[in-house]
Amino acid sequence: MHVRTTSLALSLLCALGVATSAQAAGTLHFANWSDYYPPELLKKFEADTGIKATLDAYDSNETLLAKLKAGGGAYDVVVPSDSFIEIMVKEDLLQKFDKSKLTNLAHLKDTFKTLSYDPGHDYSVPYLWGTTGFSYDSAQVPGGKLEESWKPFFEPAPELKGKVVALNSIEELFVPAAYYLGVDECTEDPKQAQKIQDLLLKQKPSLAMYNSDGTIERMAAGEVAMHEQWNGAFHRAHAQRASLTYVYPKEGIRVFIDNFVIPKDATNVAEAHAFINWMMQPENIAAASNFAKYNNAIEGSDKFMDKELFEDPAINTPADKLSLLKPFQLCSPKALALRAKVWTKLKK
Amino acid sequence: MNTHNPLWRFAGMRPAAWFFFIFLYLPIVVLVVLSFNGGQSATLWGGFSLKWYSVVANDAEVVRAAKNSLIVATLATLISTSLATLAALGMRGRAFRGQTLMSGVLGLPLLVPEIVTAVSTLMFFSFINLKLSLFTILIAHVVFCIPFAYLPIRARLEGMNPYLLEAAADLYASPWKAFWKVTFPLLSPGIISGAMLAFIISMDDFVITYFVAGAGATTLPVYIFSSIRMGISPKINAISSIILVISIAFVALSYYVGQRKR
Amino acid sequence: MTTPRLIAERRQLGRRLLLSAPAMLTLLVFMLLPLGIMFVVSILQSGDYGGVKWGEYSFEAYRNFFYERDLDDTLVFNTDYLEIFQRSFWLSILTTAGCLLIGFPTALYLALQTERKRNLLLFLVTVPFWTNLLVRAYAWMLLLRNGGLVDEGLQGLGITDTGLGLLYTNNAVIIGLLYTYLPFMVLPIYTSLEKMDWRLVEAAFDLGANRFHALKRIIVPLAMPGIVAGSILVFIPSLGNYIIPELLGGGKTLMIGNLIQLQFGSSHNWPLGAALSFALLSFVLLAMLVYSVRFKPGNAGGHP
Repeated sequence: MHVRTTSLALSLLCALGVATSAQAAGTLHFANWSDYYPPELLKKFEADTGIKATLDAYDSNETLLAKLKAGGGAYDVVVPSDSFIEIMVKEDLLQKFDKSKLTNLAHLKDTFKTLSYDPGHDYSVPYLWGTTGFSYDSAQVPGGKLEESWKPFFEPAPELKGKVVALNSIEELFVPAAYYLGVDECTEDPKQAQKIQDLLLKQKPSLAMYNSDGTIERMAAGEVAMHEQWNGAFHRAHAQRASLTYVYPKEGIRVFIDNFVIPKDATNVAEAHAFINWMMQPENIAAASNFAKYNNAIEGSDKFMDKELFEDPAINTPADKLSLLKPFQLCSPKALALRAKVWTKLKK
Repeated sequence: MNTHNPLWRFAGMRPAAWFFFIFLYLPIVVLVVLSFNGGQSATLWGGFSLKWYSVVANDAEVVRAAKNSLIVATLATLISTSLATLAALGMRGRAFRGQTLMSGVLGLPLLVPEIVTAVSTLMFFSFINLKLSLFTILIAHVVFCIPFAYLPIRARLEGMNPYLLEAAADLYASPWKAFWKVTFPLLSPGIISGAMLAFIISMDDFVITYFVAGAGATTLPVYIFSSIRMGISPKINAISSIILVISIAFVALSYYVGQRKR
Repeated sequence: MTTPRLIAERRQLGRRLLLSAPAMLTLLVFMLLPLGIMFVVSILQSGDYGGVKWGEYSFEAYRNFFYERDLDDTLVFNTDYLEIFQRSFWLSILTTAGCLLIGFPTALYLALQTERKRNLLLFLVTVPFWTNLLVRAYAWMLLLRNGGLVDEGLQGLGITDTGLGLLYTNNAVIIGLLYTYLPFMVLPIYTSLEKMDWRLVEAAFDLGANRFHALKRIIVPLAMPGIVAGSILVFIPSLGNYIIPELLGGGKTLMIGNLIQLQFGSSHNWPLGAALSFALLSFVLLAMLVYSVRFKPGNAGGHP
């Protein structure tokens, strides 16, 4: 009996050794959100390049940043969002690209050639991008139609009390609230922050909950009538319930761009470049778009994208709405501390 | 035993136990049923289908994550339970100076919020230049599993007749033999309970694991928590059901083997 | 004076320390040292976007726990964090009491089964927890939501006739926490009850004791170490749980665990996060000190 347990332990130890020693040449350690990158595409990459890739998962930009700051790395490519690129560059957590190895940079669409958080693409290349607006179920709202504004979301009609959901993160609420009130999203003025706090406190009793998970299911099931939502999630919910509508509010809508970067302590730098360059080929990035249901930044990927994805105005923003898209701004620590304070007051 | 069984005198107990088991298994039934969901979502029923099982079979990442979880949980349980058993035996008996402090240290991993343990352990590892891997996850898991294994064993020891163990020490020549012949059988309900709690807690940990995980060392909870952005898919239910079936089969088999031995 | 007795005692103490050494060393190196680093973090200046500024000491984090800068920049007493602490403590107390209420009879039931059945049942208690917390929470959301399975079942049985509206309320949070922590109560209590000599109870009944007395005089005292261990294993982890309140409670209020997590995430304030957790640590230690002075006179050592 004891002999058996010992040998079991030994074989487990061996498995442990195997799992940790994947250090051979030509490997790539890639980390991303789960289910945000198609597993088949990684297999194709391995077949095309001969590089062996592992895919790890992280749950948010914040934990990724905290992990990198605390000295944890070991990844060769990660995919943080715009706001975090600038922080990571400032904090010296990223490696500068060797652009001679990124020949496919030429494939970037014009609008993505110069981005505020990394103007020369020295550290980052867009993966997928989307918008954070809100959606509603026209079968459940009074009159079947809502104004194209943040107003119905922040000040919902009384009939919708308890049928509205907000995303559970301070950025996703503070920024649209600032758009709606015409306040600078990076305000350092406590009085302006107070205005936003008042708006959010007034909205709170109408909300069913703050929740960023399961947005697709809630809207697809008709459990709630209105939901602050990412456009890709909307696209999936819409496929299951035709009466859903995505809103581009006239006050502005936040664009988020997720980007490939190479962390400072990455070891397989050449492989990382090869991977990023490979991902900028139209057919490859289109496969990622089709899988994750978000748009990309590569010219010529359109013809490889699924028709219903490409023709969804929520995903492929119509020309007349492009002016509403507002890029991210990195706010000062003081402004961010104010935001955090509003969040604590809102939820205390 | 049954003739002396005073069970019948406590009328409310059987219903309480029934209620307990129904409460325990209700969500599990839902979880397993949804693994056969033909639809895209983990909460909306879209007809019966086995497709998520084939998705799991073709998804190397999720299978690897489940494997990593089982490896870490098994090893962390074995190691932490051994450490906890020894510690519980050491802490038994007449109080000595510093004992309260020592039991405080044994309970410390319980008291510190996960995120703090996570960040500080990672800072410590990077400070001593320990490369992150599955092994660093194992260390962290052993640490936070110790109190979960220790407390049930300690509760078992408390109030136990001390002369039994001392008599055993006199009876057998080697302490090793005395341990296996007397102490271990006496302690085994506590050890089993402690080991099970350690296993549960290790299988479920996300925050600490994420921070101390090296490349290629994603565990199932890390995988599951990271799918929040895209929504949890029924493949998670499928892999959970597979783990459940394997564990129940394992238990049933050992029960059957035990029955045969009698 | 070194009598043989004293030498024997000393040798025994040495052996006991040796037995505890592996666990103690593991915890000293991999728990206390990292915690030491965290303490240093708590008295440093916060970095601009997370992390700390090494070498710039500041007690601001601890001051921020009680005071905040008002709109006109004056320091005012801040009850936000204390309120969050109070709410979390209250929820944990309710969870512990609930677990005890369901867990004790179950443990007693388990302890009264034949040995083989006992081990099987014990496994059945833990098997549901081999699945992930998040997946279990999702299953509960399905069960509890309006028109969900619990509503339908109760209506089918004719117990209720309208939806209960359980999901996204405090009741749902309590149900979720109870569910999460039940085995941590049942197993330790079972462990102490299992060694009980049931003839004692039989004898008590023969002597005319009623059930209540048998329970109070014999069973509960014997189960006490398990009850204490179980309560610790339920109370403290549920204090730090934030996933259940977020998912089942609708995320409208912060819990301690959530608040601390936030400081290492989007609030970018590691020192405050560290200070909050040391505050939590001292609150819990204080509560336990009060408990041990109040309820366990003369029992030095034992549980943390």
